[in-house]
Amino acid sequence: MIMLFNIVYQFGDALSFLLLSAIGLAVIFGMMKIINLAHGEFITVGAYGTVVSGKILHLPLPIAMAFGVLVTILFGLILEKLIIRHLYGRPLDSVVATWGISLIVSQSFLVIFGPSYEGLQTPMGNFKLGDYSYSEYRVFLIFFSLSLLFLLYILFMKTSFGALARATIEKPEIASSMGVNVNNIYSITFAIGAGLAGVTGALYAPTMTIVPSIGQAFIVSAFITVVSAGASPFIGLVPAAAFLSTVQTSVTFFYKATIGIIALLFSVIIIIRFLPKGFSGLISKQK
Amino acid sequence: MKKITILITSFLFLLFSNAWSAETIKLGILEDETGNFAIAVVPKIHAYELAVKEINAKGGVLGKKLEIVRYDTQSNNTRFQEFARRLIEKDKVDVVFGAFSSASREAIRPIMDKAKMLYFYNNQYEGGVCDKNVFVTGAVPEQQFSTLVPWMMEKYGKNVYVIAADYNFGQISAEWVRQIVKENGGTLVGEEFIPLDVSQYSQTIQKIQKAKPDVLMTLLVGAKQASFYEQQAAAGLGIPMATSINVGQAYEHKRFAPPALENMYVTVNYIEEVHEVIKSGEFHDKSKDFMERFKAEYPNEPYVNMEAANAYNAINIYAKAVALAGTTDRPKVITALETGISFDGPSGVVSIDPKSHHGSHTIFLVKVGEGHKVTIPKIWKDIKPYWLGEAGCNLPEKADYSQYTPSKPPKK
Repeated sequence: MIMLFNIVYQFGDALSFLLLSAIGLAVIFGMMKIINLAHGEFITVGAYGTVVSGKILHLPLPIAMAFGVLVTILFGLILEKLIIRHLYGRPLDSVVATWGISLIVSQSFLVIFGPSYEGLQTPMGNFKLGDYSYSEYRVFLIFFSLSLLFLLYILFMKTSFGALARATIEKPEIASSMGVNVNNIYSITFAIGAGLAGVTGALYAPTMTIVPSIGQAFIVSAFITVVSAGASPFIGLVPAAAFLSTVQTSVTFFYKATIGIIALLFSVIIIIRFLPKGFSGLISKQK
Repeated sequence: MKKITILITSFLFLLFSNAWSAETIKLGILEDETGNFAIAVVPKIHAYELAVKEINAKGGVLGKKLEIVRYDTQSNNTRFQEFARRLIEKDKVDVVFGAFSSASREAIRPIMDKAKMLYFYNNQYEGGVCDKNVFVTGAVPEQQFSTLVPWMMEKYGKNVYVIAADYNFGQISAEWVRQIVKENGGTLVGEEFIPLDVSQYSQTIQKIQKAKPDVLMTLLVGAKQASFYEQQAAAGLGIPMATSINVGQAYEHKRFAPPALENMYVTVNYIEEVHEVIKSGEFHDKSKDFMERFKAEYPNEPYVNMEAANAYNAINIYAKAVALAGTTDRPKVITALETGISFDGPSGVVSIDPKSHHGSHTIFLVKVGEGHKVTIPKIWKDIKPYWLGEAGCNLPEKADYSQYTPSKPPKK
């Protein structure tokens, strides 16, 4: 019984990490097709926004987190207006531009806040089952990540804003001729993506060492999850993350962390070889 | 005409700079002022500067002033190699001090050996460097682990679990722990090597809980791996931890919110709290004196760590050796360093073992308690770097340029 809970907890923990790593990128790369190499730095902005406001303004953690997300949304909006706006439909150029942004942002954090910043304590407590003890916050993260993804699915697939956003990204000229304010839709969608990356940074900030490269820890997981999810990220993200976390946790359980990471990357190669449209392609095919 | 003027001026300048440099002793310093390791390295740089300033205030060595030539190696091994060559070929320094990570030391050691450059490595590390041109003032495993591991096993129990960074420092340190646990009748109930870019530890924590160790050795390196401490505290792991690297280098006990590091034990050869915790006696006085001089020069230093003490000792030992040799000629300075030379530093006497070129140390057992309050439950005096000498490294008799490990000792 405890063994079973252990497996579920481990699986859920890895799943929530993959989902939260990928969630902002699913909008910006999955939907908008901007290869955003600065995704990690969006997460860094969210994490620093949370920790710095928590320390300096003595805000309680949930408010500090909200503040961190808000800062990331603003950061995303400004970036979209100044740079990203000119790169829609130019995926290769967006690689170079976002890579540059990523370098500038992480070095600025180093200059402003130094090589390391004092961290926050993980909220909530822990509970015991037999010989094992678990962090309650980690369990919260599992439920939170799944609900967040569900909300996102509703927003982009079931609301009129979602329809406008998908139409704009699919055929901007036609959407524009139908009277849609294309520029606004792009800005808002990008800001949502940035804000979601900020959520990831805010949520993991109290559990990690706060350094200017904190966002880098998420970037590989983010890209492999979004790529495995395929063309329709909000449908494919959960099955992709579930598959990848199963591979990683089970291999890590039987062997060790290094082999777990190798297995994870290897399974992504297999997925894109045999399911070029990712998990969402597989699901839509069955329908 | 213009060209000729430039040529003449530069020629004069060369003449002048050469004449001038002959009157100073040039110390090359390669340290990571920026990048990943900066947090632990900046106090080291200041300690070099403090030592040089103090020696120069007393008139220098052999009537010459010491002069620092320093480059920021940016926590990047390629920079280390680039600047090492520059110090040797262009700046023509008399000695080189520096490097934080073992990887960067190994990146420049062959360059030093090729140029027969005298090199001081002033950092705790995995041990085993037996090199005619290299002197080490930092602590090594037989000093940090042969004290720490038996003490932990005596206090908490014989079952030990090791998690270590998956590269040369972690692998070799874990090998040491394995051997010391076995020698003391303990059991290694688990061992996991973790890649440097892993930042999530739920599975590691459960594996540890499954093995039920009495003591957890954490040989983790870098910012991502440091996330383990917050995550184990959040999960309520509650197993006493022991290490050779945290607290004494990047002062995690001050940087992380409690209780991340509570119940951690570290062996260090110095930390700035020594004179605050130990209220009187030799160690109190020496540490207090050192800290007062340090703070007078650098009042905003966030933390003075053990590597700062090692750096300070290194400059002083070199200066003593030059005075003893009566020259900066490197073979003669090395001979002087092989006389069992010693220096009374911030944590007592450090003397250089002629056979292995490593320094002896006072080892403090530091406990991080509730609210990250530091105590020192045990002090070991004059712990020698015995292993290399016993294993067959004998540099005055037999020149060598290798790094050895317990499973790969010198050929006899």
